[in-house]
Amino acid sequence: MKGTIALCLAFLAYPFVFSNAFYLDIGVALLLAAISASAWNIVGGYAGQVSVGHCMFFGVGAYLPLLVYQHWQLPPIVGVPVGIAISLVLAVLVGLPTFRLSGHYFSMATIAVAELIRLVVSTWDFAGAAIGLQGPAVGRGWYDLTFRGELPYYFIFLGVLVIVLAVTWQVQRTRFGYYLRAIKAGERAARSLGVPVRRTKLYALMLSAAFTSVAGSLYAIKTGFIDPDSGFGILVSVQMVIIAALGGAGTLYGPLVGALILIPLQTATNTWFGGGGTGLTYILYGGIIVIIARFEPGGLHEMWQRIAPKLWKRHAA
Amino acid sequence: MLLLQVIVGGLLLGAIYALFSSGLTLIWGMMNFINFAHGEFVMLGMYVALLVVVWLGGGPATFGFAAAVALFVLGVLVYGSLIRHVTRGPMLAQILSTFGLALLLRYTAFWIFSANIVSLPQTSLGGTLNILGILVPVAQLVAGITAAVLTVAMHLFLTGTTIGSKLLAVAEDRNAAMLMGIRPDRMQALAWGLAAASAGIAGALMAISYPWSPSVGETFGLMAFVVVTFGGFGSVPGAMYAGLIIGLIQALSAFYFGPIYKDIVVYGLFVALLWFRPQGLLGKA
Repeated sequence: MKGTIALCLAFLAYPFVFSNAFYLDIGVALLLAAISASAWNIVGGYAGQVSVGHCMFFGVGAYLPLLVYQHWQLPPIVGVPVGIAISLVLAVLVGLPTFRLSGHYFSMATIAVAELIRLVVSTWDFAGAAIGLQGPAVGRGWYDLTFRGELPYYFIFLGVLVIVLAVTWQVQRTRFGYYLRAIKAGERAARSLGVPVRRTKLYALMLSAAFTSVAGSLYAIKTGFIDPDSGFGILVSVQMVIIAALGGAGTLYGPLVGALILIPLQTATNTWFGGGGTGLTYILYGGIIVIIARFEPGGLHEMWQRIAPKLWKRHAA
Repeated sequence: MLLLQVIVGGLLLGAIYALFSSGLTLIWGMMNFINFAHGEFVMLGMYVALLVVVWLGGGPATFGFAAAVALFVLGVLVYGSLIRHVTRGPMLAQILSTFGLALLLRYTAFWIFSANIVSLPQTSLGGTLNILGILVPVAQLVAGITAAVLTVAMHLFLTGTTIGSKLLAVAEDRNAAMLMGIRPDRMQALAWGLAAASAGIAGALMAISYPWSPSVGETFGLMAFVVVTFGGFGSVPGAMYAGLIIGLIQALSAFYFGPIYKDIVVYGLFVALLWFRPQGLLGKA
């Protein structure tokens, strides 16, 4: 509890301590990454159903606000609930057939559906095809959520992150959360003990999809621009997976820890290597993912739990 | 006549899909393991072909062989250093291992070769054959037939030789195979080598006729998933038929709807299949 309060205070204080645009920008990117990775974590971490196509929910969430603006001049925020609704439908469409089968099917299906949607969107003129969509350049009122500075976005994102983590925490404590962990530990055993396996996995995916969609919406509203690759590109999914897995998939703060490490690292490689840095960043991502999978599938969380007691012992001696 | 030409072209490309997909299905059948980096193996096969042609010269036989050997070695290395350690681990580790490997290979290729589209210089397989009015480029004909022969050879190797039987025995029951004096680890390493080699040759065969860039791996990887799902997981003959069918569907949808829709149609079918017949068209229920 003390840790949580300290963490909250640190995040509240951050924009006032590091008030220049560069650091504020990192803060905003970090919060967004933490939101989407925490959303992924519900199904990928707690339930152990590894989605590698979560960008489909992110993209839907990102496109809808700008679609309603582009076609009907509605404030982008109107698109957020629509995005959530479509993401939920999508979650059911992907989850229902694949959750009957082994976990590999689910992973394969997510990546294929995400790629299918990306291809359709990039040829669909209504959704801006390959060029993408733009949001309002100048806000017509507060409801357009176009702010000059980064500060309002920082606090909106922080609020959403708190909600996602609060819901995750609540999930962890309830029967639903225990079901999820039972499924992760062994599906057959869970089923034999009366856990409604398919339904539980589906609910987890839907919850995760809804939050991921919100993350996409936040991204699009803040950036004011979306195209098929920044919405539905495989790298969007990669970022969620790697951040959650690095910090510790299936733990409350794992994704946040992952974001705290990876986002500054990414900014650093991009600044050091300039434009050519993006390629190197993804080589680094691939390398980190392989190393986590090979040596530390529990992420930093488990590593810390193993190392910490030894450190204490040394101090005591 | 044009339609027939499209059909022949689709089948010839489909034979190559069948070849690299048979590698993926072999791994799945043996160890219940999905290799997300399989498409990247195909992509590497293409660049091996390019490097051999540019540095050493030589025809399709040379660079096809080189791609097979290089990828076989890579496959065994990947198994020994990575896959072997994650197969008994949690699902997350299994999926992330090859998913991360795919990223690593794809973006390393981007970094080394840049994102530009490249193609092989004109090989000895130039020209076009006119078979009863159907125009077939010689390179595509040779590549397609070679791929079909190799896929059949893979099937015969698995079903008709001692080593093949050992591989299938490990696939059937790892522990029982171990009791019979078979070393599962060696057999699985061999399977990874074979799977990667099939992807490598397929890549080299496609490199003869089609230009590519490092991002093709993603497309071929997904294509292999589709083929394997159609043909039923773990079945090499299934992958063979399914590869031909997918190649055909792709060619026909490109012909009727336009080239940009060819992958949309195939992935759409894949999603439909997951809904209605997840065990595959040819797979057992």
